Amino acid sequence: MERYGQRGEGMFTQRTLGQVRQGGKEWEKELERSVEQKPERMERFSTVSDVEVKRIYTPADVKDTDFARDIGYPGIFPFTRGCQPSMYRGREWTFRMFSGMGSAADTNKRWRLLLRQGETGLSTAFDFPTLMGYDTDCPKARGECGRCGVAIDTLADFEILTDSIPLDSVTTSMTINPPAPVLWAMYLAVAEKSGIGWDKIGGTIQNDMLKEFIAQKTLMLPPEPSIRLISDTVEFGARHVPRWNTISISGYHIREAGSTAVQELAFTLADGIAYVQDVLERKKLDVDSFAPRLSFFFNSHLDFFEEIAKFRAARRMWAKIMRYRFKAEDPRSWWMRFHTQTAGCSLVAQQPYNNVIRTTTEALAAVLGGTQSLHTNSLDETLALPSEFAVTIALRTQQIIADEIGVANTIDPMAGSYFVESLTNETEERAWEYINRIDEMGGMLAAIERGFPQREIADAAYHYQQQIEEGEKAVIGVNKYSTGEQVYPPLLHMPERLEEEQRARTREVKRTRDSRKALQSLNDIRAACRRDKNIMPYVVEAVKAYATEQEICDVWREVFGEYRESAVHL
Amino acid sequence: MVSERKLRILVAKPGLDGHDRGAKILARAYRDAGFEVIYSGLHQMPEQIVQAALQEDVDLIGLSCLSGAHMYLFPRVIELLKENEAEDITVIGGGIIPMDDIPKLKEAGIREVFLPGASLTDVVDWARVNVEPCRYGERD
Repeated sequence: MERYGQRGEGMFTQRTLGQVRQGGKEWEKELERSVEQKPERMERFSTVSDVEVKRIYTPADVKDTDFARDIGYPGIFPFTRGCQPSMYRGREWTFRMFSGMGSAADTNKRWRLLLRQGETGLSTAFDFPTLMGYDTDCPKARGECGRCGVAIDTLADFEILTDSIPLDSVTTSMTINPPAPVLWAMYLAVAEKSGIGWDKIGGTIQNDMLKEFIAQKTLMLPPEPSIRLISDTVEFGARHVPRWNTISISGYHIREAGSTAVQELAFTLADGIAYVQDVLERKKLDVDSFAPRLSFFFNSHLDFFEEIAKFRAARRMWAKIMRYRFKAEDPRSWWMRFHTQTAGCSLVAQQPYNNVIRTTTEALAAVLGGTQSLHTNSLDETLALPSEFAVTIALRTQQIIADEIGVANTIDPMAGSYFVESLTNETEERAWEYINRIDEMGGMLAAIERGFPQREIADAAYHYQQQIEEGEKAVIGVNKYSTGEQVYPPLLHMPERLEEEQRARTREVKRTRDSRKALQSLNDIRAACRRDKNIMPYVVEAVKAYATEQEICDVWREVFGEYRESAVHL
Repeated sequence: MVSERKLRILVAKPGLDGHDRGAKILARAYRDAGFEVIYSGLHQMPEQIVQAALQEDVDLIGLSCLSGAHMYLFPRVIELLKENEAEDITVIGGGIIPMDDIPKLKEAGIREVFLPGASLTDVVDWARVNVEPCRYGERD
């Protein structure tokens, strides 16, 4: 552990290490004979991220690992083994299925189905116009309405979306970035209308713009004002919505864009460092007043041990960053709580039922890595939004892992594995190297401006694809055991009339609202932006006056300017 | 006389979708295969894509869409090419596309559709086999 390391004692006696050396010599002789007769299947074995894996791991590989310093106990610094003392024995992770399609009513129906099937948390997928801050009637939004998530233009849609959902007992996550203040304000407004105090509601807005510039690319404003709006939400949450995670610092999309596990980890932590720094400098808040509400979001990809090692390294690194770099004193500022989604990019259209197996092992890795909540992808998501049939299997996958196979009985059962501990250490060391380089560049914003993470990811993505093309990495049903046979599951279909109906609904909202009030609320947001006041109270008023999402976002575009991706790193 | 110039390809991202991993990998693969490649960048309206295709005098447009808006965006590109008398530009597509949509897209003029898991070699070879470089000045 390159940074913040103190000397430790190690876990093995000299006698044991001697036995390891002696035994190793004997084994090598045996091995030589065996390999001579029958060569190994490949010249080089490596993880999905192409980190070389040795034949065998022994105490010698973790001889410098110190139990108290590096592994320890869950709920205690450095949290390698988990952030709660009792982990899943106390409470299972949250079964939180990312879900949204068509109109608000369609999505509400799907949410209720999932809750009936035992889902324990909600997660909202918005369509692209909503994600980018455009209303359905915007010319740029043609053809997109409700296609990859739910279409939300105004509070009226949001009221339908949350109809009969118990906002005081279920937590809701919203994957929303540039327009995050608007959608969060809508959630706050419906809670208020239902008589539920803001101190009673819980959930998460993704609200992580740095990874948008790097990977997910729902873009709206330039980096500087983007960060300012994020800091406004962090401050507002710390003061008024204490159970809300105002940011979900996300590696998921970085990984989906093609990064390695180490890049996902390093760039996510570097993003986290940038946010903490900005809130400290801009808002002059005490670090312990907001740090416990920072949450994270990771990908769980195919390589089982690599992923488990990544999750364990992530908790250990964030704990060190918060404690030593930012001098946080509250242990809750040190812990890293995270949501996990299985890797969408690992699924293929060929022999799609096999995707259930991929998702199962990825989910298992997330659970063995100690995730706080989990989304499992559906088998048909390489072709369309999930059908009820497919999404139910995906949810049941988590429930089987939780209840049937015994992995939730004990905490961090992978600890002490020579391989997993060694890979955890290696992942951490490689991630520090990236973080050091980013620090040298002047932090993540400067690194993004240089295109550094973007280039690293593009190169890794191309490298991985070439390994698949050359058969170095197997994809079952694609470059191995391919049958050419086409078997397709029944898919979900979105009605054609959806877009027209949504346009009509928003027209009607605009026609019946108090236009003067709506306009005034937009002017108030403009003034708050210019005077550097926290925008959140004004955004809440605007959504309550039924200003549309785009009307509010257009104010920001006008005041702060629009961001366009300039250089593209192929 | 048919010139022996390289195939010119526009890899384009229509609509609001931001998933550009596939498009960028494909652009790089086309380039490595010796074609001349232009990548549109993100968030392009069909009008912008067709304008770029005409300006750059391309032979092939590869559209990538993972947002589900392909049934509007892909045929719209074909429609605009026709309006500009540029139907000789071949158009292919890829992304998250339900099977049932593929025949409809082909009917609309999309020559081939590639799904997640498609091999780069197949996509690159398809261009080699199916697309002839247009003659210089043909569309001037």
